[in-house]
Amino acid sequence: MSSEFYHSVHIDVDLCMGCINCIKRCPTQAIRVQHGKAKIIKEFCIDCGECIRICPHHAKIASYDPIDVIKNYEYTVALPAPSLYGQFNNLDDVNIVLSALKLLGFNDVYEVSAAAEMISEMSRHYISEHHDKTPFISTACPSVVRLIRVRFPNLIDHLLPFTAPVDLAAQIARKKAMADTGLSSDKIGIIFISPCPAKVTACKEPLGCDISNVDAVVAIKDVYPLLLPLMKTTAHDPEECAVSGRIGVGWGNSGGEAGGLLTDSYLAADGIENVIRVLEDLEDRKFHNLDFIELDACSGGCVGGVLCVENPYVAQAKLKKLCKYLPISRNHIGKTILDGAMLERKIEFEPVYRLSKNFAESISLMAKIDELCSKFPGLDCGSCGAPTCKALAEDIARGLAREGDCVPLLKEYIYNLSDSISHNN
Amino acid sequence: MTDAIKLEYTVCNDDFTRAGEASSDIKDKLKKMGVAPEIIRKVVIAMYEGEINMVIHANGGKITVTITTDKITMVLSDKGPGIENIELAMQEGYSTAPDNIRSLGFGAGMGLPNMKKYSDYMDVQTQLGTGTTVTMQVNL
Repeated sequence: MSSEFYHSVHIDVDLCMGCINCIKRCPTQAIRVQHGKAKIIKEFCIDCGECIRICPHHAKIASYDPIDVIKNYEYTVALPAPSLYGQFNNLDDVNIVLSALKLLGFNDVYEVSAAAEMISEMSRHYISEHHDKTPFISTACPSVVRLIRVRFPNLIDHLLPFTAPVDLAAQIARKKAMADTGLSSDKIGIIFISPCPAKVTACKEPLGCDISNVDAVVAIKDVYPLLLPLMKTTAHDPEECAVSGRIGVGWGNSGGEAGGLLTDSYLAADGIENVIRVLEDLEDRKFHNLDFIELDACSGGCVGGVLCVENPYVAQAKLKKLCKYLPISRNHIGKTILDGAMLERKIEFEPVYRLSKNFAESISLMAKIDELCSKFPGLDCGSCGAPTCKALAEDIARGLAREGDCVPLLKEYIYNLSDSISHNN
Repeated sequence: MTDAIKLEYTVCNDDFTRAGEASSDIKDKLKKMGVAPEIIRKVVIAMYEGEINMVIHANGGKITVTITTDKITMVLSDKGPGIENIELAMQEGYSTAPDNIRSLGFGAGMGLPNMKKYSDYMDVQTQLGTGTTVTMQVNL
């Protein structure tokens, strides 16, 4: 199972000071500090990027491709995420950005928001035809999908079975590039301009299909400073490259995907802690009668991704303003389901948190955890390198830590020892 | 090797924001113990309903959960007013919850019926003025 747990988020050991900021902030308790350095437990990590946001020493790094990756291909197509448009001040025409991407060196551009509009239309039909299976949960945010896959098995069947817009965009762009140029697939580079590391992971290791059509992933924050001067040139007479409307571009903001479904029967939550609360309640059936649940790991939606530049809420406002001048939708596919738009295989539950495959042993380990928890001081101080006393108890039960790692307990032990020595003397 | 684990919870009086703490702790533990997802759902829904009942009707109480290799047993006991007519209370939609509770979205009369529905065995011992003890079992 675990060869599948590739991650784009990792740690620069030289920069890591071994502080406890990241272990406390990680929503899946996937980080431990051991021997003075943070370590990510790959089975638990969902690539949400919270640790990148919080690390004061910039020791958490997202891996992605440098812009020079375009030199590896004879012909390249840029796939800008809609969140890219929210980064710029006073942008009133998407074509200015798209033309600037071409000036930067891409041979062509294809907006991810165009594919998003198609997914919106397919989702509308799919949900109305499968209304007995509502609520459907969005599959667009890879961190959320991974979280559901490891922690909410009861909700896997509720995942909307469509690929993320970038995957569909990549397929469409590749076909078009091959038709336009006559080149073979391997000479064409389909390059995603991404707001977040989770999308990097999703492209390197796609869920629900075997190989991603995305060849490389470049960060918005790397492209942004290169685009600014080029946009001054393209602003005067931009080439007409935009192929999407308000519904597609709106996907960059929290609530945008839900908006594209043209229903009021939805819930949209953003920020990973809020997402987890919604999933917990949904799992316990604490709310009913919703058709759709949109969940974005980042606050504000994709505009809040850690590879973005602008404040998420400012970017949200900018996207909204930009959308005002766009037609509602520019992609109409009717009732067809496009090739490659649906997930090819079912997303499987990965019981990464399970203590043991043997239930009797799990009972025994849980009893040990409970006993340890009552022994620990309950300060959740993080000095042991685990985020909470309970997490330390679980690590001990899993054989990954020792009781002596609890610093307050150790201190007490040393005091008692020194007392008894001085008493004996 | 211990082949049973016993967990104890206190349900606080009149605090809706905290009702559900016991069932979510159990949910977390059962997930880590690798219990099948559909079994976890039954346990959590049954226990959450019980917790809410204790808050609404009985000024809180105690929950003891025992997990063995073949079943999960939940004993919810309170020192509340007792249930006057158990047959009525078991009917879907029958509720004695006051209006202020109903206005919060609780008190739909589904508490005991849901507890029965989601458990494989349920027993209610109640005495007016003394309290109620509900025992629920979910088979593994």
